[in-house]
Amino acid sequence: MAVQLDARPPVAPAPRPTRPGLGNRLSRLDTKYSPYLFIAPFFLLFGVFGAYPLAYTFWVSLHDWDLLGAEHPYIGFDNYTQLLADSDFWHSVVNTLGIFVISTVPQLLAALWLANLLNRQLRARTTWRMAVLIPNVTSTAAVAIVFAVLFGREFGMINWLLDHVGISAIDWKANRFAAWVAISTMVDWRWTGYNALIFLAAMQAIPRDLYESAAIDGAGRARQFWSITVPLLKPTIIFAVIISTIGGLQLFTEPRMFNSGTNAIRGGPLRESQTVTMYMFENAFAPHYNFGYGSAVAWLLFALIAVVAAINVLLLRRLGGGSRKEVSR
Amino acid sequence: MLTFTRRRLAAVAVVAATALLGTTACGGGDDAAADGPITLTVDVFGQFGYADLYQEYMASHPGVKIVERGTGGNLDEYSPKLTQWLAAGKGAGDVVAIEEGLLVEYKANPQNFVNLLDHGAADLKGNFLDWKWNQGLTADGKQLIGLGTDVGGMAMCYRTDLFAKAGLPTDREAVSKLWPTWQDYIKVGEQFTAKKTGASFLDAATNTFNTILLQTAGNSSGYSYYDTSNNLVVGSNPAVKQAYDTTMDIIDSGLSGKYGSWSEEWVSAFKQSKFATIACPAWMTGVIEGNAGAAAKGKWDIAQIPGNGGNWGGSFLAVPKQSKHQAEAIELAKFLTSAKGQIGAFKAKGPLPSSPQALEDPAIIDSKNAYFSEAPVGKIFAEGAKSLKPVYMGPKNQAVRTEVENAVRSVELGKRSPEQGWSDAVANAEKAAAK
Repeated sequence: MAVQLDARPPVAPAPRPTRPGLGNRLSRLDTKYSPYLFIAPFFLLFGVFGAYPLAYTFWVSLHDWDLLGAEHPYIGFDNYTQLLADSDFWHSVVNTLGIFVISTVPQLLAALWLANLLNRQLRARTTWRMAVLIPNVTSTAAVAIVFAVLFGREFGMINWLLDHVGISAIDWKANRFAAWVAISTMVDWRWTGYNALIFLAAMQAIPRDLYESAAIDGAGRARQFWSITVPLLKPTIIFAVIISTIGGLQLFTEPRMFNSGTNAIRGGPLRESQTVTMYMFENAFAPHYNFGYGSAVAWLLFALIAVVAAINVLLLRRLGGGSRKEVSR
Repeated sequence: MLTFTRRRLAAVAVVAATALLGTTACGGGDDAAADGPITLTVDVFGQFGYADLYQEYMASHPGVKIVERGTGGNLDEYSPKLTQWLAAGKGAGDVVAIEEGLLVEYKANPQNFVNLLDHGAADLKGNFLDWKWNQGLTADGKQLIGLGTDVGGMAMCYRTDLFAKAGLPTDREAVSKLWPTWQDYIKVGEQFTAKKTGASFLDAATNTFNTILLQTAGNSSGYSYYDTSNNLVVGSNPAVKQAYDTTMDIIDSGLSGKYGSWSEEWVSAFKQSKFATIACPAWMTGVIEGNAGAAAKGKWDIAQIPGNGGNWGGSFLAVPKQSKHQAEAIELAKFLTSAKGQIGAFKAKGPLPSSPQALEDPAIIDSKNAYFSEAPVGKIFAEGAKSLKPVYMGPKNQAVRTEVENAVRSVELGKRSPEQGWSDAVANAEKAAAK
C-alpha cells in the first residue's frame, strides 16, 4: 500500500522580490550556512581528537619510533609485517575475542530479559529502572579493584565461597579461562543494566495494540516476546551489539586493574588475560617504548573491530530477517 | 536583522569557546608570577623519605615551594608516566627520580635532561661512590644525567614471631649464622615449612631470583643480562643460569608463597603475616613498613643475606630539560643528594646513602630501626655499602628482566617445568631485546 507522500499539486512560482534587501540576503545566507556552523563544534572536536590522532597514529606506525628517541626513521610497513608474525599479538587477539564472547553474549541476553521484566507493571517501577543503572555510574577502576580482590587466589571472597561448597580454590589470575570469566563478570556487572535501559526504551516504543491482538490470538508471554518484542527491537539490538563490540574489543581498564603488581600490563606471567589494548600499551610504553609498533597494534585493532562489527551485523540481519515480515503483515 | 547577528554571534562564540577549551585544557603547569614564589615539583616512586628535607629547604629558600608527586607508588606505573612526559615535552616534574634499571634507557636519549656537568656538578664527584657517579654519566662521559640518591645494599628481613613459632632462633646474629649460602637458606626454609605455621618461608620466587642474580653477577662477571659490550647474554652468562637454578630449588622445596611481587595479594600477605622472610635491599625496609603496617612493628628483624653482598636498585635525581625552573631544580637536587640529604632520607625511610661521607657518618652507622626490632640498620647496610659490586645494565635491561622474571613466575605457579621456563626465558628475552 504505497502512498506517495511527496506528491504536491503544482503551484505557480511565487513572484520574485524585485529588490532583495540586505537583510533578506543575509537571512538567506543564514538559513543556508548556520546549520553548518551549529554542527561545526562536533566536527571540530572530532577532527582534533578523532581524525587527527587516527591519521597521526598511522603515520607513526610507519616509523621506527622510539618514544624518547630524537630520530624516527621511516620503515614502511615493517611494523605490520612483524606484528602479523608476532605470536604474542595473536595471543592477545584470542584473549580479547574470548573475553568479548564470554561477556557480551550473556550480557545482551540478560539485558533483554531484564528490560522485559522492567517493561511490566511493577511496583516502584522507576526505582527498579534506576537501580539497574547504578553499576554503570561507578568508576571502572574502583569496580575493577574490588573485583580483583574478590577474585584473589588466597584472600578472595569468591574462592572462600567456593571452598564452602567444596570446590578447591581457583587461581583466577594464572588460569587463562578463569581469568576470562572473572573479567567478563566485571564487564557484565557494569554494562548489563545500561543495555537493559536502552532495550527498555525501545520496547516502550512498541505499540501496545500489537501485544493486545497477539494476546487475543492466544499468544502467551514467551511467544509475544520472541515474535513481537525481539523482531521489533532489531535495530536497537544491532546498535547495542556494535557498541558492545567496540567496547569489548577495546577492553582495557578491567583486565589491567585485574592484574596488579609488577608488569601488570602483561596480563599475567604467560599473558593469560592480556587484551589487544594492553599489548598495545606494553609496546608503545613500558617496557618497550616502541611507539611505532604500538601504533601498528592500534591500527590492526581498528581493523579487527570493523571486521567483527560487520560480521555481527550480517549475522543479526540474517537471524531476524524472516520474522520481521511476519509481524508487519 | 538583530536576531540574525545575535544568532550568528552565538554560533561563533560556541566555536571559539570550543577552540579555546581545546587549547587551555592542554595548559596547566605552574602559573606562578615571575617574581612570586616558584613551585618545584618532585616526581618520585615508592618512599624517598624527603618530607622533612623539603620543610628545611623551603625554610631556607622562602621563594620556593616544593610539591612531591607519586609517593608510595609502584615503579612500574611511574616509569611509563615519566617517559610519556619526557616524550611529550610537558608534564614532568622539575626534579625526577630515576631508578638505575631505567637510567640506561634514559641515558640513550640524554637530550631530554639537563647536563648537570654544565651546572657545577663536577665538583660533587667526591660526594658519591665512584660507580654510582659513573652510572649517572652517559657512555661518552660528557653528560651527567642524574645525581645518585641511594644504593641497594642487601640483607634478609624476617619475622621473629613466625621464626619462634617454627622453633627457629630469632636473634639476628643467630639467624645470620643459619644461612651462609643460599643452599643453607633453602634448608632452613624446609625446616620452617615442615612446622606448618600457616605461613610460607618467602614471598615470591621472582624477588629472590633477582637478589641471587645481582649478587652472583656482582661477584663474578659484573654483568647480568647484557655484557659490557651490550650483547644479550641471558642464555650464556653462567650467573643467570646459576641464579635460575637456585631459584628452581627454592620453588621445588615449596618455600614460596607465590604472591606476585607488588600485587594486591603481596600487600595483603604482608598484612596477614603470610610469609616469614623477604630479601630486602635497604630501600625495601620502607616498603615493608608501609605494607605490613603498624600492627607488625617489632615483629620484623634484619639478618645477613645468604651468599655475599650484592646491590639491587638505587636511584638518581635528574632535571628534565622541559623544567621551567632548571637552576632552582638543580639546586634542590644537589641538596637532596648531598650527604646531609641522604642521611635525612635514610632516617626517614631507609634508603641507603650512596655518599661515602654519609656512610661514615655516625648518624648512619649508629642508627637503629625501631620498626625492625631496633635492628642496627646502619651497621647492617652501611658496612658493606662501600664494597658493593655494581652490576652493569644493558640498553633493554628492563624489558629483558621482565621476560626472565615472568618465566620464573610461570614455573613458580606450576604452569611450566623448570626446563620449559628456562627456554621461555631465553627465547622471550631475545624477542624483547629485539623490539
